[in-house]
Amino acid sequence: MKVELKDIHKRFGPIQANDGITLSIEPGTLHGLLGENGAGKSTLMKVLSGFLSPDRGEIRLDNKTIRFDSPAEAVALGVGMLHQDPLDFPALRVIDNFLLGSPREFLLDRKYHQTRLAELANRFGFRLDPEARVSELSIGERQQLEIVRLLALGVNVLILDEPTTAISTQQRESLFRALSQLTEEGKTVIFVSHKLDEVKSLCSKVTVLAHGRVTGEAAMDCPTKELVKMMFGQVLTVGKRCEVRLGEPILELQNLSLSDWRLEVKDLSLKVQAGEVVGLAGLEGSGQQLVLRACAGLLRPSAGRIWIAHRDMTGRPYQDFIEASIGYMPAARLEEGLIAGMTLAEHIALTERGPSLFIDWTMAVERASQRIREFNIKGQPTTFVGNLSGGNQQRTLLSLLPSQPKLLLMEHPTRGLDMESMEYIWRLLQALTQQGTAILFISSDPEELLERSDRIAIFFGGKVRMMDTCGASLFDLGESIGGKGFE
Amino acid sequence: MNKEFIRRIIPLQIAAILLALSLSAVILTILSISPIDAFSLILSGAFGSPAKLAYVLTAWAPLLLCSAGLLVTFAAGLWNIGIEGQVVMGAVFATGLMRILQDSLPPSAVLLLAALAGLLGGALWGMLVGGLRRYGSVNEIFGGLGLNFIAGSLTVYLILGPWKRPGIGSTSGTEPFPPSLWLPGFKDFQASPIEMILGLIAIASVAIALRDTHFGLRLRAVGMNMKAAFLKGVPVDQDLFLAFGLCGALAGLAGWVLIVGTSARHNLYPLISSGYGYLAILVVLLANLKPFWSVPISFSFAAISMGSLQLPLQRQLDSSLGGVIQGMLVLSVLVINGIRSRWLRHEG
Ligand SMILES: Nc1ncnc2c1ncn2[C@@H]1O[C@H](COP(=O)(O)OP(=O)(O)OP(=O)(O)O)[C@@H](O)[C@H]1O
Ligand SMILES: [Mg+2]
Repeated sequence: MKVELKDIHKRFGPIQANDGITLSIEPGTLHGLLGENGAGKSTLMKVLSGFLSPDRGEIRLDNKTIRFDSPAEAVALGVGMLHQDPLDFPALRVIDNFLLGSPREFLLDRKYHQTRLAELANRFGFRLDPEARVSELSIGERQQLEIVRLLALGVNVLILDEPTTAISTQQRESLFRALSQLTEEGKTVIFVSHKLDEVKSLCSKVTVLAHGRVTGEAAMDCPTKELVKMMFGQVLTVGKRCEVRLGEPILELQNLSLSDWRLEVKDLSLKVQAGEVVGLAGLEGSGQQLVLRACAGLLRPSAGRIWIAHRDMTGRPYQDFIEASIGYMPAARLEEGLIAGMTLAEHIALTERGPSLFIDWTMAVERASQRIREFNIKGQPTTFVGNLSGGNQQRTLLSLLPSQPKLLLMEHPTRGLDMESMEYIWRLLQALTQQGTAILFISSDPEELLERSDRIAIFFGGKVRMMDTCGASLFDLGESIGGKGFE
Repeated sequence: MNKEFIRRIIPLQIAAILLALSLSAVILTILSISPIDAFSLILSGAFGSPAKLAYVLTAWAPLLLCSAGLLVTFAAGLWNIGIEGQVVMGAVFATGLMRILQDSLPPSAVLLLAALAGLLGGALWGMLVGGLRRYGSVNEIFGGLGLNFIAGSLTVYLILGPWKRPGIGSTSGTEPFPPSLWLPGFKDFQASPIEMILGLIAIASVAIALRDTHFGLRLRAVGMNMKAAFLKGVPVDQDLFLAFGLCGALAGLAGWVLIVGTSARHNLYPLISSGYGYLAILVVLLANLKPFWSVPISFSFAAISMGSLQLPLQRQLDSSLGGVIQGMLVLSVLVINGIRSRWLRHEG
């Protein structure tokens, strides 16, 4: 299906998110959409998939002008979108989510749909248990479910908004295979991303957006430098990780055992010192999150002890962990990290703990403006957080962490940030480590792990192995993540 | 923002009211009652004479107090159906205290202490809902319904048992308190400003608390996203518990007004809460959880309730027709709001 967008305009109050975008995408191709945070990518894709109606402009599918009034209508006409933040129903089972939006039947034939789900999933090498609860799936699996669901609804144009920001390397590979397979079958795929290498290896053509306009189009033999120029108007230099002197132990795990419904981590001991950065690597759901949540006081260990700054914190409530000066940053921004209906200033006031009964709004607004400047958030103190772009929500999340924590525990800290912001955020984090903060972070980006951590803890099916980043190569890391050395 | 409000919200609310009136008119016509006749009866029943207006005002006060309480629990995302029981327990505690102290302390002190007892009774009953939710995993809707039932039965037991009138025990209630224990009204206008002022102060304080205090902000955060609020360090359980307590306290104060208020019966009788709690749920929903709007809305609800009392007197119609109109109003506004948020989502 051929997709054409003509002169699309979309304004949100003072912000012109799309400012006359014209774009055409050939059938059966993988088309990339690049652009820095807040460039207007998600907005454009929401317009194309019926979530937003444009103020002005035209959408043409196979040379016919169409108009949708809802995502359901878009799906009926063959356009489906996988959102940056998952829109599924965590409380439901996989199969129920799969059936959402499918043509009404009076009596559901569950068996039949289960086989259909399994068949579709298998075709793309996805593994989905129909009876699992969506809340128990990883982000990668939720994505797979959503793709399968859209395909089952007969979608011809599939839009993926930053699909690789929170999934494991393996899931990414199977996603890419599936996407190539789809284009071979004649479907059109639009791939929104910040990651130049992904776009380069995957797409046949890219369009670059900046400030709501198209700033360039290129076929995929275009050099990276050119793309960066189109995105930022300049060429970036990459910073170097500086030497850090390690201080006293901040976090000590002694023979820790943890488990949830599908996984067990046994007998883990780990010591993290002040100023140290430890990356947690592994396929998603290999136990990294369990460990991180246990360190935050959100998951009670079944055995073993957790010490933070020489205090035994085992079994204490989360509040005590906060008071012990930890900062925890969850991956699911809009489910656990932020309150969509509150403004930036309200978020600031919410994290403020004081003896006073009344909120000092002047101060809250001032602090919010300060964080906005410091973290380069595109928004005002009075902007509702739910209205920020994905990357700006991520920056907000980072800006809300305590200012001088002893221990930072972060799930995918730079998820959805463009390269420039990612660099900037890590510079801020490294400044913290120089003042003695210890950092534990989960990432699915092997380069980020190697470049930013002093040590990496590699998780595989609940087992853990430590690896020094000094002298290690991407290849070593990749192999270990895949299970090498875990016998 | 304000312009936006005037341009879009107000016309919608007016549309909702018109829709509600026409729907009620249709129902009345089906019942072969002239809608004009019924509406004008209700109007004159509410505002036809100073005495009637006074009556409306005294009904307004408990409604304001209950609405103030519900603004708190709704902000926290809680459905405090148990508010009826909290009103009843406020009345029970106030009555109990007055029975004990009426002969030993000056009347104004008794009234004041009774108000505190009412606050306490309602708060305890509210916190019980919170406790059931927290420790028994009983959803507040079911817990509230259960406790409403218990509060009702307890009143009947007290009226027929320990607190029965000398000689005859009857469900008509306990022995009325002497006029010295009534809130003072005016000579020709039987409404006490104290009740209304209390109600208005309650709404204003809740409005300020929700907007400008840390507690209010935390409650709103919990109401919008409990998980995120918890991770941000909000003591969720404690705050929800307090919200129930606060709502219960205000409802309990309404219970006190129902005992000592100017046009009260001045005794404890079964079903003393008379549906004020449920009505306040409608008020707050209709006000879309906005404190400011719950003031005029609760006033019109009080007027409709009191005005429709004229229906049986003058036309042999049941006064529950007033309830039909109130229900229609709420449904219309909810429907229109639902449609509006669909549009808004579409426009971004
Ligand atoms: N519902 C909304 N209300 C108000 N402003 C909005 C809304 N949605 C997006 N915006 C604003 O429009 C601009 C473009 O946002 P968009 O989500 O399209 O960016 P993006 O290119 O997807 O960025 P990112 O890479 O950070 O996800 C941003 O400045 C954002 O704050
Ligand atoms: Mg986006």
